Amino acid sequence: MQQHFTHRKLFTKAFAATTALAAGLIATSALAGETLDKIKARGVIKVGVGTTPGFFSPDSSGRWQGFFVDFGRAIAITVFNDAEKVEFTNSSPQQRLPALQSGEFDILLSGVTQTVSRAFKLGFHFGPVVFYDGQGLLVRKDLGVAKGEELDGATIGVQSGTTGELNIADFFRKTGKAFTPVTIEETGEFLKALDSGRVDALTQDATDLAAKRTQLSKPDDYVLLPERLSKEPLAPAIRAGDDQWLEIVNWTVYATIQAEEFGITKDNVDTFLKSEDPAIKRFLGVDPSLGEAIGLDPKFAYNIVKTVGNYGEIFERNVGKGTALNFERGYNQPWTSGGLLYSPPFR
Amino acid sequence: MSQIELASPVAPDWHRWRQGLFNGWGNGLVTLGTLATILWLALPLFRWAVIDAVWFGTSADCAEETAGACWAFVGAKLRFMLFAFFPPPLQWRPALVVAFILTLLAVSALPRFWSFRLVPVWLLALLGSWLIMAGTGAMEPVSTNHWGGLPITLTVSIAGLAFAFPIALLLALARQSDMGILRCLAIAFIEVLRGVPMIAILYVAMLIVPMALPSGATIDKLLRAQIGVTLFFSAYLAEVIRAGLQVVPVGQREAALSLGLSRIQLLRLVVLPQALRAVIPAIVNLAIGIVLNTSLLAVIGIYDLLNAAKTSATDPGWLGFYSEAYIFAAAVYFVICFTGSRYSLWLERKLNGANRR
Repeated sequence: MQQHFTHRKLFTKAFAATTALAAGLIATSALAGETLDKIKARGVIKVGVGTTPGFFSPDSSGRWQGFFVDFGRAIAITVFNDAEKVEFTNSSPQQRLPALQSGEFDILLSGVTQTVSRAFKLGFHFGPVVFYDGQGLLVRKDLGVAKGEELDGATIGVQSGTTGELNIADFFRKTGKAFTPVTIEETGEFLKALDSGRVDALTQDATDLAAKRTQLSKPDDYVLLPERLSKEPLAPAIRAGDDQWLEIVNWTVYATIQAEEFGITKDNVDTFLKSEDPAIKRFLGVDPSLGEAIGLDPKFAYNIVKTVGNYGEIFERNVGKGTALNFERGYNQPWTSGGLLYSPPFR
Repeated sequence: MSQIELASPVAPDWHRWRQGLFNGWGNGLVTLGTLATILWLALPLFRWAVIDAVWFGTSADCAEETAGACWAFVGAKLRFMLFAFFPPPLQWRPALVVAFILTLLAVSALPRFWSFRLVPVWLLALLGSWLIMAGTGAMEPVSTNHWGGLPITLTVSIAGLAFAFPIALLLALARQSDMGILRCLAIAFIEVLRGVPMIAILYVAMLIVPMALPSGATIDKLLRAQIGVTLFFSAYLAEVIRAGLQVVPVGQREAALSLGLSRIQLLRLVVLPQALRAVIPAIVNLAIGIVLNTSLLAVIGIYDLLNAAKTSATDPGWLGFYSEAYIFAAAVYFVICFTGSRYSLWLERKLNGANRR
């Protein structure tokens, strides 16, 4: 905020004054009342979500389900030891960032891409990346292609007005192969192009492609390649100004990742209570010294795993192989299995 | 035009049809060609919507039969599309509110019940609806964040119209007033609100208002949206009412004043009864517009009927049945709006009949 202001000083006085007023307004609303205090007083965490199948969508009874939703429930467990003390509200992409800023939400779990400008200009903090998204390629299986590089001379559909157009051109320039882009405006046409064989592949953010694949007439004839042409790290976003709240979000996510690394699941977590491994004892709160030191319920990680499961379980249940979305783990698996998920140690 | 046709003796239907459609070779060909085109377009639609459709079952049944519509989806998602996030055990509350409001609407649509007594009745009804939805006393409270679907579409429209009415009446009178400042303010208000799209007003209500409030203070999201909708339509309604006021001849006002009626009496007894009666069809028209416009609430994350229908197709268990969801929503909107427009026609005829006498 400060940096912002000195920069703007160069402009006319009047402009600087309005900016200062605006900055002041935003700053006060961000700092006013520690978020965590507000949440505890209210007794419920307010979470902004989007609507993408598998990531956040209401089921027939109106209960929110999905990958990000489960992380919201996990955070509620850390704070209240109750997965239900969380209220999910859908928020449109245009509205969600201002709504977080104005205090309507305590946290956005709506698949916000972490970027430098959002961190600096908007005054947001991001928790750990919970899903590594990126531009993917959805190809016909009978092409026999396993990697994007093998696409030579392919016709590829891109939706106009997205960064996808530039990314795919860059990608083919790098691989030195030829391709023919087909720019398509409308979502329905986009799908039809692949269905009718007009294009060999579609490119878009992988989370969107996975949902679209299920709407093709024969979804099993198509495969989403595991590589990503762009970086779209999706992370929880909170207002700057409450470090303790940020740490709760951080360590809730880390707990799910660490549990998977330990091999602790929803079903076997109780057997680990007898483990002699000091790291696992600290993690599950059998040895309560860690929880006492950080001011959380020593059993918060145990409660999370017991209720929503570890990261891998959350992934598989909502978007993984058994679901209509059929996502490969790809980057979204622990570093020990070749992914990017890495939890700092619980000690 | 329509009145004249109806007043004159009419030929039997089939005769008029033949006269209109087959009175010569050219017209006969055009009629046949048009019929063929309609059939050509409608038959595949009929196949999709009726013959190949899956009426009952699960999403697995729909996945097998991909050529037809999946009406089983509408069955499974009916509850969500109508009531969205309202807790299922308590859904009798929104259902009751919808039934209650529709009944009251039907009653107040009949001219024989028209009187100023309807105003307190509706205010009480809206207050009652709010209390039933939100929960009062021993009832379990339900946050407005969980309200959605048809009750939202209906109550936001009706409350919008109800609260816009007094504002619009004052604006319309102010716009005709002799007091310069009052007139300018009214004109400014009306023209500014009519000059911006409703989405812009909703965004202001959603994004700017919370920033302007002292920190910590929040106004309920639905309430903010309701205020936005109300102000927006008060500007349009004010213009409709102004048109009505201009219908009343100046001579009548002068006559009333010379008889010793006060200005309030003049308005209440002479001007308004005639002015409002003249614009009732226009108000019904505007009301239909409000109902359709409430679908814009989706952009600020409120689950009106359309948004709930759209969202129901994002459930991984029932993925992608957007056509069915949209057709269902369209059917509900059509029933509401078609009823409204037929009512408006009927009313126009009835009132004009009364005028002629």
